Amino acid sequence: MDLSLSTRTEGERTVVVVTGEIDVYTAPKLREQLVDLVNGGSYHLVVDMEGVDFLDSTGLGVLVGGLKRVRAHEGSLQLVCTQERILKIFRITGLTKVFSIHPSVAEAVAAQD
Amino acid sequence: MVTVALSFSPIPAHVGTARLVAAAVARRAGIEESALDEVRWAVDEACSRAVRLHQRYRLAEPVEVTLSDEEHRLVVVVTDRGPTVDRLAEPEELIDLDRLIDLDSLGAPAGTDSGAASADSLPLDFGLAVVAGLVEDLAVSPASARAAATGGTAVAMSWPLA
Repeated sequence: MDLSLSTRTEGERTVVVVTGEIDVYTAPKLREQLVDLVNGGSYHLVVDMEGVDFLDSTGLGVLVGGLKRVRAHEGSLQLVCTQERILKIFRITGLTKVFSIHPSVAEAVAAQD
Repeated sequence: MVTVALSFSPIPAHVGTARLVAAAVARRAGIEESALDEVRWAVDEACSRAVRLHQRYRLAEPVEVTLSDEEHRLVVVVTDRGPTVDRLAEPEELIDLDRLIDLDSLGAPAGTDSGAASADSLPLDFGLAVVAGLVEDLAVSPASARAAATGGTAVAMSWPLA
């Protein structure tokens, strides 16, 4: 029931690697990380969700919040996810309309915003 | 016949506890592996909603979860002590996906109270409203006959057992 985060830069982007469960308890940690990055001037983010075991609407809310924050600076937030059980949540909630989801960090980094 | 009853302080940390218990009970009861993720998600959204409601209304009372094996169905009931509701809104009534990331709107459907969502959270009922579309058998009702006085909503969900 834990969440761990790590960040690295790849070119112009900051990649946030998320591992564990994103729920009402752990989501604030991700939110804080995204807020800190934007406050620090990183507006082109890639969130790597390959290590995410669980995602709910609270987690989705934090990702939406992150997307809005970078957009306010004409930035971008790309997601990386190939796990069907997580992709399903984006599909069922309709949020595949809102997020760009890529099968690899390389593709996310290369994406046109 | 109630198999397991869980009562937890309305704090976010225990929603994960409820998920673990629900997954354990569901597996033991023989739920199909393919339905396990759905059970976990549904219990999570119902419990998260309950915790957020208790926080919003500053309620110290616990959130109650019961899990039962009844006539070849796994029945889960999540009960909160917030204002009683007897109907869940549809997801589209809570969020307008086309406006969700507009910087000047909070994603609320046009004409509704834009206090529905904040910068980082979707409306309180959204998660459960989505799950309600997925789970064949989900109903909300007043928590008890005394609901008018004490408040509370029971969210009951069930899944077939093999």
